[in-house]
Amino acid sequence: MKARVHVMLKNGVLDPQGEAVRHALGAMGFDQVEGVRQGKVIDLELTEGATEADVTEMCEKLLANTVIERYEIELV
Amino acid sequence: MRAAVIVFPGSNCDRDLAVAFEQAGFQVDMVWHKDAALPEGIDIVGVPGGFSYGDYLRCGAIAAQSPICKAVVDHTERGGYAVGVCNGFQILTETGILPGALLRNAGLKYICKTVGLKVETSNSAFTEGYNAGDVIGIPIAHHDGNYFADDTTLSALKDQDRIAFTYTENPNGSAGDIAGILSENRRVLGMMPHPERAADEGHGGTDGVALFRALSGVLAPA
Repeated sequence: MKARVHVMLKNGVLDPQGEAVRHALGAMGFDQVEGVRQGKVIDLELTEGATEADVTEMCEKLLANTVIERYEIELV
Repeated sequence: MRAAVIVFPGSNCDRDLAVAFEQAGFQVDMVWHKDAALPEGIDIVGVPGGFSYGDYLRCGAIAAQSPICKAVVDHTERGGYAVGVCNGFQILTETGILPGALLRNAGLKYICKTVGLKVETSNSAFTEGYNAGDVIGIPIAHHDGNYFADDTTLSALKDQDRIAFTYTENPNGSAGDIAGILSENRRVLGMMPHPERAADEGHGGTDGVALFRALSGVLAPA
């Protein structure tokens, strides 16, 4: 079983890296871009019997810092 | 008086912190991150600056889950003293000992320079050697020093007089210009600037000495 965890900064938390990417895209002439938020994708290879609850616990304890980040779990 | 300085893979201010403690009269034990317990009789734990575990995942995130950090959390929950500098501050927020988080600097650049810090409170073992309102010069050296906390936490820090230091000129985007904060019981200090790098004439400044001296005054056996 595999799980894919998406970790993003919460709305309202400044994302200077996303902002730098937005600037760069603008400078390249991509006027279509109004905002960029940059996050992480973490792929987990899980043993048989692992549950979404296990992955949630991993997110809460280590993979995301819920003070500044939110996460989404995708079971594959 | 005994201080423990934690050493993680990637710590690089551990010896500087140890020297600053020693010059203030502490006997210092260097404690490896894989140890599960602090030495007996430790009065204060120092969590040093550096790049623990290569800053992988998030600064301080992996260090916060190391065996020794469980012991540091227990130590602070028993009312023990601790100070985290730079990466040490990041680690203390990741353990939950201190509130908030440190984000990437708003200007995206790593900043290494001496900055002005305003002492916001002298009501702690760390800051009683200063007067509230004093401005001191202490070096910063970080890429992720942009203090963030939600509005409720920021108000609580302010109302409870738990902001230890603010920047006179905000270098990194920190909320409320915050450079260092105290725990609720005022026995844990986390700060991004490096007082141990302003602790000797050879450093080019000695404004950090008062912090370590004040600690030794409070922690010396009565």
